Amino acid sequence: MIRFDRVSKRYPPGVDALLDLSFEVGDGKMLLVGGHSGAGKSTLLKLIAGIEKSTSGAVLVGGQNLGSLAPSALPYYRRRIGMVFQDQKLLFDRSVFENVMLPLSISGFPPREAGSRVRAALDKVGLGKREKALPIMLSGGEQQRLAIARAVVGRPDLLLADEPTAHLDADTASDVARIFLEFNRVGVSLLVATHVHELFPGGDRLMLDHGRRVG
Amino acid sequence: MKAWLSHHRQSAALAWRRIAATPVNSLLSLLAIGIALALPAGGQMLLSAARQLAGTASAVPQISVFMAATADRAMANDVRARLQQQPGVKQLQFLAREETLARMKASGGLREVIEALPANPFPDAFVVGVRDERPEAMEKLATELRKLAGVEHVQLDSAWVRRLDALLKLGRSALLLLASLLGCGLVAISFGIIRMQVLTQRAEIELSRLLGATEAYVRRPFLYHGSLLGLGGGLVAWLLVAASTLWLRAPLAELAGMYEINLVLKGLDGIETGLLLSFAALLGWLGAVFSLRQTLQD
Repeated sequence: MIRFDRVSKRYPPGVDALLDLSFEVGDGKMLLVGGHSGAGKSTLLKLIAGIEKSTSGAVLVGGQNLGSLAPSALPYYRRRIGMVFQDQKLLFDRSVFENVMLPLSISGFPPREAGSRVRAALDKVGLGKREKALPIMLSGGEQQRLAIARAVVGRPDLLLADEPTAHLDADTASDVARIFLEFNRVGVSLLVATHVHELFPGGDRLMLDHGRRVG
Repeated sequence: MKAWLSHHRQSAALAWRRIAATPVNSLLSLLAIGIALALPAGGQMLLSAARQLAGTASAVPQISVFMAATADRAMANDVRARLQQQPGVKQLQFLAREETLARMKASGGLREVIEALPANPFPDAFVVGVRDERPEAMEKLATELRKLAGVEHVQLDSAWVRRLDALLKLGRSALLLLASLLGCGLVAISFGIIRMQVLTQRAEIELSRLLGATEAYVRRPFLYHGSLLGLGGGLVAWLLVAASTLWLRAPLAELAGMYEINLVLKGLDGIETGLLLSFAALLGWLGAVFSLRQTLQD
């Protein structure tokens, strides 16, 4: 479960990205975070991922207060969550297979088991036959699916996605959203920052405006 | 533990792939490191040759023990027995006064002067080879020998020994200084290369951290990279020293032969080679550590 308790985040030199934000997301639920550009959506996801720390208030994930998490424990916390970044962060000098293998290598999975998991994840997102390709050879939609495969290969309990359908055409965006929904259906908690809520039917909504909750 | 070992293997393999990915740059770096290491390693080889020369030259450190002119052969035999009991004495040569006289007569220039003398002016003497050639040890032994009954004079070739010892000390110090300076150079080379690598791999480092990589995981491939560079440079240095040894051996032996010295230039032995390679890998690793400390903080 994720719980924000009166969380504020202020960036130097005094820009408030989030203000007094409180909400909860239960295990296996889906939360869609909306709002215009600069509303605080990405900041919210960064706080959950432990990339940023709140200025005040408490962020709790699975009962763990991230504010009190020791720096040495942070990497191990991050291994429990899957992240799809707005800019995807693919390694363009590595193959599709190697990109998806990276989180498992970091977690220390034995190579054979990791290989099986990578192939399963690639099959799940429809890239099973492209494992030797370089990301540059993939279309925009395929690159996004590759980013999803990398996020889910570690079988996380929580999946975070920052504008996962941005820059995709309508059909491809729908295809990508469907993949997220499938993971949510099998019990993975999902937090998606998006402008296009209709692609993710059934999710709770959290609307932000200048860091404040407005809906 | 298995995962930890597995990541060490992967890191070493990744470091090797990164070195192999830029063959010309890597080769030039290895050459620079190799030359920097070959200079002190070659110096060590020459110092060993100098030690060998000191050991084989005719003027090895000795102590001359002269009996009193009035001492008879029985006293000389008594001194010989005592000298043989001294633990510091390695070799002993007795020069009877008659032999000395005969040799001096035979030498030509002094023949007429010596024949004009009423009696043999030379005393019985001993030439003592020592076990410990250090000046302080020789001085101590000479003091002991001066106490023997019938001994008139003990001549210690300490000035020669001290000069040689000072020269070897100077050589060792100069070599240490050279090795330190060039070692710093190696660290600097490794520092620069690893810094460039970190900057090149910045995106992957950032991503790895976001995916849960520990700092040790991020640093490990770069530490292997630095160590492998050092080790490769050490191998180049070993090859340069070995080639130089082969190249110089014959002309040096010829030169030494003219001075009736048996001198064979020896390359680095197993222990020296092991030390060279370990030291090189250590310096490469050290450069990587410094580089990561600064670059990853940036």
